[in-house]
Amino acid sequence: MDQFTLNLLVVGATFALYIGIAIWARAGTTAEFYAAGQGVHPILNGMATGADWMSAASFISMAGIIAMSSAGGYVQSAYLMGWTGGYVLLALLLAPYLRKFGKFTVPEFIGDRFYSSGARLVAVICLIVISVTYVIGQMRGVGVTFSRFLEVSTDTGLYIGAAIVFAYAVLGGMKGITYTQVAQYVVLIIAYTIPAIFISLSLTGSFLPQLGLIGGYAPTGGDVSMLAKLDGLLTELGFTAYTADTTNMFNMILFTMSLMIGTAGLPHVIIRFFTVPKVADARSSAGWALVFIALLYTVAPAVGAMARLNLTTTFWPGATTGNALSGEAIAISDIDTNPNLSWINTWRDTGLLAYSDRNGDGRIQYFNDAPLTAVNTAVATATTALNDARTAAGLAAATDLTSADAITVNGAVDANLQTLQTALVAARTAQAARFAEVTYGGRTVADLGWVGNELTRVDNDIMVLANPEIAQLPGWVIALVAAGGLAAALSTAAGLLLAISSAISHDLIKGTLNPNISEKNELLAARISMTFAIAVATYLGLNPPGFAAQVVALAFGLAAATIFPALMMGIFSKTVTKEGAIAGMLVGLVFTAVYIFLYLGWFFIPGTAVYANTAANHFFGISPLSIGTVGAAVNFVVAYAVSAVTKAPPQNVKDLIESIRVPKGAGKAQAH
Amino acid sequence: MSDKSASAYWAANVRVIIISLVIWFACSFGLGIILRPALSGIMVGGADLGFWFAQNGSIYVFLVLIFAYAKIMNGIDRDFGVEE
Repeated sequence: MDQFTLNLLVVGATFALYIGIAIWARAGTTAEFYAAGQGVHPILNGMATGADWMSAASFISMAGIIAMSSAGGYVQSAYLMGWTGGYVLLALLLAPYLRKFGKFTVPEFIGDRFYSSGARLVAVICLIVISVTYVIGQMRGVGVTFSRFLEVSTDTGLYIGAAIVFAYAVLGGMKGITYTQVAQYVVLIIAYTIPAIFISLSLTGSFLPQLGLIGGYAPTGGDVSMLAKLDGLLTELGFTAYTADTTNMFNMILFTMSLMIGTAGLPHVIIRFFTVPKVADARSSAGWALVFIALLYTVAPAVGAMARLNLTTTFWPGATTGNALSGEAIAISDIDTNPNLSWINTWRDTGLLAYSDRNGDGRIQYFNDAPLTAVNTAVATATTALNDARTAAGLAAATDLTSADAITVNGAVDANLQTLQTALVAARTAQAARFAEVTYGGRTVADLGWVGNELTRVDNDIMVLANPEIAQLPGWVIALVAAGGLAAALSTAAGLLLAISSAISHDLIKGTLNPNISEKNELLAARISMTFAIAVATYLGLNPPGFAAQVVALAFGLAAATIFPALMMGIFSKTVTKEGAIAGMLVGLVFTAVYIFLYLGWFFIPGTAVYANTAANHFFGISPLSIGTVGAAVNFVVAYAVSAVTKAPPQNVKDLIESIRVPKGAGKAQAH
Repeated sequence: MSDKSASAYWAANVRVIIISLVIWFACSFGLGIILRPALSGIMVGGADLGFWFAQNGSIYVFLVLIFAYAKIMNGIDRDFGVEE
């Protein structure tokens, strides 16, 4: 059976499972549609939260982001700590009290606590901006995963994914989504761990990738640690060491914090804790969610480091037992004929990996050529300039652009061409001087005969997607990784779509437009809203505004700067007023969005950025990814300042706060 | 539940939260980022202490923290008679 058929079978089987669950768990009431009848066991809810939370980015991209980071793998730890530490904030500061509150949506709490439908509306706007930006990336993820494994176009993949989500989200609401996510979690965690275990066994001899990360490097007997081996090879090839420290500690702290409070403020994560029967369950369910998330997040850094090491030793075969330069670089003939290396050309066909033999020696040298970029670019620019001027002057191609016939027009030397030629000669001289000066492994570039890095593209996603092939695992594991990637993207998309549709049907329609709507009609409205949300998400997935990957920064920044502070003040302060909360959310929203847009373009439209997105341009070194922390602080300050000068909250709101602080008396669980 | 015991219950809860958040901050931002250069000589297997806390260790601490908080609060709930 070929790989394609196998992929179809495994992915098809998982889809049949999801649809089957949807039919079994279809929602009959709004309580089931919004909060799964508040009867989900905390462990199952934890599993569903894990799938809900771990997106295509976590499954496919995160290990590669860590592995291929130009600043070293350590700096990207912000993702690992940020995307897990947020659950501590959720469990301690939000989940139990919001469960006690006992209603269905985040804006509903904000509206009741801040005794204002205006506050509820602002929260709905924040929620929709956050969830819609987030869902775009997920829909893209579904399309991309389909196209890679099932040989359909990205757009077709997106349509198929949308149809599957439609089937179980519209039918089952939160109940259908929850039980589907449990199944999706099982698929994705198996798919992630199996290749990780094999790569860990081969590189470190350790069965657990978490121990492999800190283990010894097995091919040379284990005396040298895996990380030290990796650091050594990377520095020899001119890369930043994998464990190198951050050069901007302040920004790393703010970035980590931004991801943590952003995680705790993401509406689609918060509403998962409305589904458990009791307040005590909300506390422990956050712990179970983190158990299931940690199974992937503690493996991801091991996958990252080991995949980078594997990549390096693949392109420098001598590096397996010695230094990188103790042997020759990999030969192209080897890539073309050795079956163990066939994955290189497989992934080259997808465009995610690219190589070119720039110095024509039949081998592919993989190294960090940043020190050579300036002189190589100068030579290329000067060559193009002279060639263009020669073409304009009607000259035929000259083989040597520095010879006299390269500048001779009608028997006489052309002054303009001569200037350009002088510039080219100067650029080449500078290049030669640089080549004689820059060393790798103690030898100069000139001596090595290199001209630049020849592994010209390695997409981050390769580190996870190609892992089974690199580790020579059987075809069904490759098919499982495809199903896992799809499960990760579909489960997150479904959770986000539910958050969006419940905000529309419950907060906008029932809460504002038509409070007397019947239960039956609200359920219908919820299903129509879900259909509408899927249509919008599909459209945006097909036509992403600007950079799809960067809009995720906006989602986290805004969740950190708007929802999280509003919820926290709503629970922990009795003095924050409706004016304070509304002002805080609006200022947090505008401040954070504007700072991100300054660097990434207004509404992510390419070419509209005010500043180039480089560290030198950032205020106090704070990157747009990290601004959510500052936005949250601004929100708190504004909210308390405005509350100090406005009328204190009424007594019934103080009673509400008293009541959510005490577990006793939460709504009864419903059997289902 | 009287106002007095309600405020005592809340004070007990806030105290547990603050202690937990101090540990939360110390293991991630403290050991994982701020103190990493100072502690680079201490090794956890093949990784330095800060690197390990940043990539694995703090996640384990987060897990322990949440379950410990849940357990301690269940006890406090019972002491104050506010459990469900």
